[in-house]
Amino acid sequence: MSAGERLLSVSGVTVSLTSGVPIIEGVDLAVGKGEILGLVGESGSGKSTLALAILGFSRPGATISKGEVVVGGQAMVGPPERELRGRRGRLVSYVPQDPQSSLNPGRRIVDQLHDRIRDRDKREWPRLVQAALERAQLPTSAEFLSRFPHQLSGGQQQRALIAMAIVGEPSLVVLDEPTTGLDVVTQAGLLSEITSLRASLEIGVVYVTHDVAAVASIADSIAVMYAGRIVEQGRAGDMLRRPHHPYTVGLLESVPDHARPVHLKGLPGVAVGVGEWPSGCAYAPRCPQADVDCLAALPPLEEVSAPNHLVRCIHWRQTPEPVYLGDSRVQTAGVAEPVLTVSGLRATYRSRRSVVVAAEDVSFSVAPGECLALVGESGSGKTTIARCIAGLHPPAAGAISLGDRPLAAEARSRSREARRRLQFIFQNPYESLNPRHRVEASIAAAAMVLRQLSREKARAEAVRALEEVRLPARVATRFPGELSGGERQRVAIARALVAEPDLLVCDEITSSLDVSVQAAILDLLDNLRKRHGLAMLFITHDLGVVASTANRVIVLDKGVICETGGIPDVLVNPSHSYTKLLLAAAPQLAPGTITVQSTSVPTG
Amino acid sequence: MSVQAVSLPRAERFIGHHPVLSFAARRILWGVLTLWVVSIVVFIATSVLPGNAAKAILGKNVNPREVLALERELHLNQSLWGQYWYWMGHFVHGDLGRSAASILGSNSHESVGALIRAPLGNSALLAGITIALLIPLSLLLGVLLATRAGKWIDSLVSTSTLGAISLPEFVTGSVLIWLFASTLGVLPAVSLIGPGQNALSSPKILVLPVLTLLAATLAQCVRMVRAGMIEVLRSDYVQAARLAGVGERRVLFRYALRNALAPSVQVIALNAQWLVGGIVVTETVFGYPGLGQLIVNAINLRDIPTVQSVAMLLATVYIALNIVSDLIIIYLVPKLRTAQ
Amino acid sequence: MSTTSVAADSLPKIVTARRGRMRFLRFWTSRVGLAMLVFVVLVALLGPVFAPHSPTEIIGVPFANPGSGWPFGTDFLGRDVLSRVLYGGRSLIGLSVLATIGGYAIGLPAGLLAGYRRGAVDFVLMRGVDVLLAFPPLLFLLIVATGTTESILALVVAVAIILSPGLTRIVRAAVLDVSQRSYVEAALVRGEGTPRILRREILPNILGVILADVGLRLTYAILLIAAMNFLGLGLQPPKADWALMISENRIALSLQPWAVFVPAIFIACLVVSINLIADGIARSLGTSIEALGGEAQGR
Repeated sequence: MSAGERLLSVSGVTVSLTSGVPIIEGVDLAVGKGEILGLVGESGSGKSTLALAILGFSRPGATISKGEVVVGGQAMVGPPERELRGRRGRLVSYVPQDPQSSLNPGRRIVDQLHDRIRDRDKREWPRLVQAALERAQLPTSAEFLSRFPHQLSGGQQQRALIAMAIVGEPSLVVLDEPTTGLDVVTQAGLLSEITSLRASLEIGVVYVTHDVAAVASIADSIAVMYAGRIVEQGRAGDMLRRPHHPYTVGLLESVPDHARPVHLKGLPGVAVGVGEWPSGCAYAPRCPQADVDCLAALPPLEEVSAPNHLVRCIHWRQTPEPVYLGDSRVQTAGVAEPVLTVSGLRATYRSRRSVVVAAEDVSFSVAPGECLALVGESGSGKTTIARCIAGLHPPAAGAISLGDRPLAAEARSRSREARRRLQFIFQNPYESLNPRHRVEASIAAAAMVLRQLSREKARAEAVRALEEVRLPARVATRFPGELSGGERQRVAIARALVAEPDLLVCDEITSSLDVSVQAAILDLLDNLRKRHGLAMLFITHDLGVVASTANRVIVLDKGVICETGGIPDVLVNPSHSYTKLLLAAAPQLAPGTITVQSTSVPTG
Repeated sequence: MSVQAVSLPRAERFIGHHPVLSFAARRILWGVLTLWVVSIVVFIATSVLPGNAAKAILGKNVNPREVLALERELHLNQSLWGQYWYWMGHFVHGDLGRSAASILGSNSHESVGALIRAPLGNSALLAGITIALLIPLSLLLGVLLATRAGKWIDSLVSTSTLGAISLPEFVTGSVLIWLFASTLGVLPAVSLIGPGQNALSSPKILVLPVLTLLAATLAQCVRMVRAGMIEVLRSDYVQAARLAGVGERRVLFRYALRNALAPSVQVIALNAQWLVGGIVVTETVFGYPGLGQLIVNAINLRDIPTVQSVAMLLATVYIALNIVSDLIIIYLVPKLRTAQ
Repeated sequence: MSTTSVAADSLPKIVTARRGRMRFLRFWTSRVGLAMLVFVVLVALLGPVFAPHSPTEIIGVPFANPGSGWPFGTDFLGRDVLSRVLYGGRSLIGLSVLATIGGYAIGLPAGLLAGYRRGAVDFVLMRGVDVLLAFPPLLFLLIVATGTTESILALVVAVAIILSPGLTRIVRAAVLDVSQRSYVEAALVRGEGTPRILRREILPNILGVILADVGLRLTYAILLIAAMNFLGLGLQPPKADWALMISENRIALSLQPWAVFVPAIFIACLVVSINLIADGIARSLGTSIEALGGEAQGR
């Protein structure tokens, strides 16, 4: 792509805090007309900062200290704010991450649309608004236009943001994690809309996300960021087929994909945050092929075999191909007595003036040592069912039993033994630990309450549990606020383990974690299950995770079981239409670009 | 999830279609109910506790026949409930009873209603001017400071208001008197008005009381408006609007201020409510002939009917302000308006 | 909430202050406030020890200007202003503290109950709060004063009643917020009972809010009691009280301003210092006194 055809040109951009600490450094990017660039990174990679920098914007407390950004021939770094404001929304526009908080709650949709085209002739407004709404697949009626944001559904809000981004007919659109929090089907719809936008308007798109699979399905080129720098970039096909940076390789090995059920390993170590960059290559501390030279100086971007494929690694020639291990999950044999039996469960809750049925006539059982996945979209009732099992939500009808003993509806009324054998792990790692208790205290509390251990014994158990979840002993005296999301979730798992349970109920425990962290946690759980013979009820919306972890799966739709069966049978040969819908919508790394080694790794 | 809606009775459907009206109706009903409870408390506190009110008015060494006569006049010989209903019944119809003090004082039994009229006007004037100044000043200053947050002028004002919000009105009032009346001599120290005149005839007397009341309320209002604006200016939708190239002035007014108004209205209304109590002290400091001074004097004279009436009046205004502010807020926050 | 302005994903993890309450001292305004408060409290508590004269002793001509023997002059009866000021703080501070404690005795359990139990209990308590808040505070005190003929005990109880509903609201809001967190649910799943959960999980996490609010409650109590004293409906002469002194001596404000100014300065310092400290505590916890809600302050 020659310089003249480039829509977006980013060269040497560095954004730093006012204290001088860099958030992103030396970034070069190029996007052509009608091209979709996927910007991939996990927490702390700086991808959101880069997305804002493309519009010449930096959050309060940070500035674009170096480099140039040129969109459609016009500079976005350097000119005064007034000029830049004129270019935003017209030349290049931005779709923010959280639709609910990014829409003005006190202003109607139509007015917010008009705000973005104030510089155009008033007579054009109706036409522009209509076109934008149609492209975003939203109703164009006057009634819809006069609504306030809270009167729109989550998916509609996201589409409204997209409509607002394109109403000014920009040449380049930057989308920042547009599908976070949306369910898979809506997400799939959004992705197809973006590709059709690209086709119809010939705009350039920068798609910022942590979801590698989503990017794989629509991007023409991909750039991977780690610790504020681009570590690899190139055409999507090349990158996915044969990545050369160890981080990219590790990332691809961690991405769950239901069409490619493999054992997800994750990456060792912890992500690097702003201000914590080591000298030289930032990935070196975690890299399996790092040596002294890596830490000496920052590796430059080098061209790899394929054209325009750049890698920031001095040992890129030695980087192995991603190895996708066939899954090594524990297969449960035989017909032992089930650990958990649920029969005819019906759960309801009151919503304003009506009664909503969250689950209807749900029956299933979990065998000892088995991992049963409960899959569904938001509103499918999976979380309510889990909470009934945990004793947090009284069922309206039906029975739950642990082994052969029936469980009381409320956790408080259950026997200590029952409460010990069934452990629940929550979704949000930032809320499941009391911020005023040290890690050790939180874990020991469980041991004291459920196993009636003395304080000293409970403390000792807590330390042991931390070891099992692969956390260093010094974490014990920390407060949760000092730990990362992945570390906190491990602590929650340790807290569950210390009770010596038979069944772990995991409620979307990895949904809010980075892909590599998620893979590490899944790997850990796999290990623990093997060691302790734990059964698991794993609630999730991600079919890829199901493919890699579960033995059996139950698919829920609006509170009713659509389909149950073993993995990989259900995924390969779904019988229910809803299951087929979910499978079709779930993003995959493009089939055919990756081969799976069918040999399974010995257990242990 | 299948939604099994319970069939909505007619009232609920009405509520669904006219949320604002039904909300207003509910609030007013609630206000009336609260007023009724207030009246009971007032009655108990003033008529029940002091025991024999007639004796208290007439003093100790008094002819028992006079006591009986006064008792009959004040209906003290009826049961408690009877007294209460008698009072309430008349109050609601505008007959506020007769000032007990005037029973002793002047010849004619002056009705409380006549007694209240002039002070009511004066207090309304005082409070009205204060509120009329409070609203624009706090909005203006709050927004100005928010847009200059972090700069020296903001830190200066923030720190000084932090102290100012706490000063009692009698302290500020006294200081102002000393400064402007005693030392500079430009304004009168005491707000004397001749009988038959109202405060408007000599506007100079209004200046210091208004200043005192403003000092007590403006500081807090400015801080709240500023805090609300700053929070809103930091919100995601303001950032999204800026990123979309929406002009800064539009962002400030339509995106920021628009959504910061609700909490601002709330605090201004709260301070307006506070004025109901604040004028009592301020009027006493300046000798301003308003309801505040009236009630304090009535208390000292044990003029129960006057106390009761003025208390009910002030309570009504207090509650009414609450309702009005709720309605304004419901208008400002669309989320509250629409039935969901 | 006034937290840092750069989004979390591009900043190093902000370590939340565990002992955040003590961190308020890093604000110079709080240090000034603390110093002022200590000074005022010392004067109030130890004043009588150092007073040259008795507060009721007539030592000279009324409204005499400052001179030897009476550094701040005399008041309207000829008593020493300095001595009266030294004696005049105890009552105000003592009563205000008592009233605040009373307010917490009512409001804290009510808020905990309403926020944790929710349902019918919450509804009833909140309607009670609404009714109490509908009453103009000073008016309530005036009426109580009328009815109980200026009983000090009644005044303190009445102020406590006035303070409690706002406090209930704040505590309830904090408890509602905390009790929805997963760590409380985790305790429920473990089968822990309500008292244990309230004590271990909820209370430690609402302490910050309560602490930031204490100052505001106390200020409010002081202002109310001072106002009543000023109006002559609280403490009665010949008691030495700062607010009462202002009321008694203001007729001669132009002649002998010290009799009014000195107690006024002390009241001002007392209230301002508490406010500065409360602001510091609130800011060190990542919030602000504005965020605690105007309605809770009642002003």
